[in-house]
Amino acid sequence: MDFLHYKISEFFDEFFQGPNMPRAAAKPLFERISALSQKEILIKQRAAEAALFQMGITFAVYGDKQGSEKIFPFDIIPRILSAEEWNKVETGLKQRITAINLFLQDIYGPQKILRDKIIPEDLILSGKSYRKECLGLKPPHDIWSHITGTDLVRDDQGQFFVLEDNLRCPSGVSYVLENREVLINTWPRLFEALPIRPVDDYANHLLELLDYISPGQGETSQSAILTPGVYNSAYFEHSFLAREMGIPLVQGQDLVVQDETVYMRTTKGFEKIDVLYRRVDDDFLDPKFFRPDSMLGVPGLMGAYQAGKIALANAPGTGIADDKAVYAYIPKMIRYYLDQDEILSNVPTYLCWEEKQKNYVLDHLDELVVKSVNESGGYGMLMGAQASPKERKAFAEKIKAKPRDFIAQPTLKLSRTPVIFENGIEGRHVDLRPYILYGKDIFVLPGGLTRVALKKGSLVVNSSQGGGSKDTWVLAC
Amino acid sequence: MLSRVANSIYWMSRYLERAENIARFIDVNLHLKLDLNMGDVEQWDPLIKVTGDAEVFKAHYAEANQNNVLEFLTFKPDYPSSIYSCLRSARENAKTIREVISSEMWEQVNHFYFLLQQPGAQEDSINRPHEFYTQIKRAHQMFIGLWEGTMSHGEAWHFMSLGRMLERADETSRILDVKYFILLPTIVYVGSPYENIQWSALLKSTSALEMYRKKYQSITPKSVAEFLIFDPDFPRAVRHCLAQADYSLHRITGTHLGTHLGETERHLGKLRSQLDFSNIEEVSKKGLHQYLDDLQGSLNEIAQTIHQTFFALKGFPAQQSHGSSQ
Repeated sequence: MDFLHYKISEFFDEFFQGPNMPRAAAKPLFERISALSQKEILIKQRAAEAALFQMGITFAVYGDKQGSEKIFPFDIIPRILSAEEWNKVETGLKQRITAINLFLQDIYGPQKILRDKIIPEDLILSGKSYRKECLGLKPPHDIWSHITGTDLVRDDQGQFFVLEDNLRCPSGVSYVLENREVLINTWPRLFEALPIRPVDDYANHLLELLDYISPGQGETSQSAILTPGVYNSAYFEHSFLAREMGIPLVQGQDLVVQDETVYMRTTKGFEKIDVLYRRVDDDFLDPKFFRPDSMLGVPGLMGAYQAGKIALANAPGTGIADDKAVYAYIPKMIRYYLDQDEILSNVPTYLCWEEKQKNYVLDHLDELVVKSVNESGGYGMLMGAQASPKERKAFAEKIKAKPRDFIAQPTLKLSRTPVIFENGIEGRHVDLRPYILYGKDIFVLPGGLTRVALKKGSLVVNSSQGGGSKDTWVLAC
Repeated sequence: MLSRVANSIYWMSRYLERAENIARFIDVNLHLKLDLNMGDVEQWDPLIKVTGDAEVFKAHYAEANQNNVLEFLTFKPDYPSSIYSCLRSARENAKTIREVISSEMWEQVNHFYFLLQQPGAQEDSINRPHEFYTQIKRAHQMFIGLWEGTMSHGEAWHFMSLGRMLERADETSRILDVKYFILLPTIVYVGSPYENIQWSALLKSTSALEMYRKKYQSITPKSVAEFLIFDPDFPRAVRHCLAQADYSLHRITGTHLGTHLGETERHLGKLRSQLDFSNIEEVSKKGLHQYLDDLQGSLNEIAQTIHQTFFALKGFPAQQSHGSSQ
């Protein structure tokens, strides 16, 4: 299958440096694909899809009574990063998460950064995900943000930028691991020939992290994953991680708190738990503490947490650091806490919270992307250039009503990479979500989830908006 | 192991066994059809009657002919006891315990579920019913193989065994009951060569014909009932199923076989010894139907105590003790 009709256009191309000229890291794959017929490539693509279906990595098609199911779209051409490209990303992410963790220690502690007026106090205290209940808490080893999935994009020069930090319950890592398992069978010879860095020890690192933060010093610690349940869209991942780590997957109803200690209800009575990797949002963790109507949480859990009897990953309250308005201040945090320049830059961001910037945003709605500060997954967003005048007007009203809740960014020129379609190979826009674990050390999983906008010309990569995924290969040298 | 997880794994196992047994149920009738010149409705209507859901069936279909009955018992998504519904429930349960079973088992549950969804499945059930229902039985046998060979034989494994064996004991008793109650009244066949054919079909549907012949040679109603109830070694015989269930139950609780700590062990042990020390003559005296009815009642009681003992979500003992009287 050849790439003669493949168009590069004005975007950065992850695969090609010029027409029919692959980048050095992509050359072996380019040659392998070129040696196969279109039919053979399509057979490989179908086989990979069938394997994912067989593994049951599916979601129910909404409204279909017959219960038919689909896999998340997956493309067998991996995205390839050279060792040099990756090293910069990795050091940049480590720097960023270090600063974010210091920030969290600070704002739930002495609040020096607010007193020094680096970040406006109002901005933090008015944040929906700021938890005043966490003031004065000291989680084990002072770590708040244990598991992070940071979204990166590349501009037309190939420069990486941070688009979002996801510090609450970032999902997608199970797709990284399953995609890899499938792709090893798709391109076995390339895996033999190339120094592709492995990803399958993620679960070991995660389990080590959970053990490390256990409050039960010296004893063997019992960890579990807390899931909202089988109807949660990320349930597959919760179950996957529990299986990979060999720890129980629990729901709120399985847990009970007695004397500030958390127990599981088992067939043999009550068993103590020391660490919860919770995939339930702060709001729903404990009806006695946060939302009283939560059916997903455990009454008394936060009391046990405050008493230091259980560790929670991530710590409640971390969400304030991925508030999109706070995001704009992260380069300043890096300077303030680490006295360093940021290695990975932010995307230019306008804070509607500031009068001047708000007016700029309102005047340039047709060229900006406006985001709600507390939403993710592509929800609560306005793509100015594609929106109708009516939609823009409606959004302008929302911004005026609650300026704190919105930020705006220029429309990004996301990089592209080849994707297989029935009629040939075409370029599509991608982003990258690497996963960072903050335990005894900081570990960045080499690669991460490459999400791809499958609709022609689309810049939205979220799976809820027609996005798919690719395996990401990081070369060791 | 979490109570909720034990509950799901036990029910997943029961639903899968049930799906296989419905296929076996249907298969008896398909065998009979080849040998007997019965009317279509005459032959398939009893199958609906024994489900106890004749009203539900009538709400959807005009006549109990083969096509309608097969569709109802196999594919009907809103009939909770169709094969499809059993597999859907099994898979829903499997989803909540994927981290407990092996990936191979999960994939097989998936494959089993999608067997009924693949294009042309319904046509196959009509045009090539024997192959179709054999495929369903095989899918479950394959699952059992993976359960045996890829999962540690610990607590979760024994909960699956417990669920399957109780379900199977119940289903075997029902198949036997159908034969007596529904097929027997077609009195013209009693004592005729057809009678023999019917009993053979029954044995075939429980995969018992060959094993039966090794023990009894000639086919008589009494020996067939004796074999399916009292045989200690045949895997679908009630007595064998209960012995297996009892073994798994004791592995779960950690008590020695033949002793009991809880109510479940007591109920199951009682039923077992009743079977161990009874025989077919006593059954005949009581009447087969009555005997099987009582047996099903005991099985129900056991299922309920299992629920109370292992699955019901209880409060913390310290909280309970305040209000309780003892």
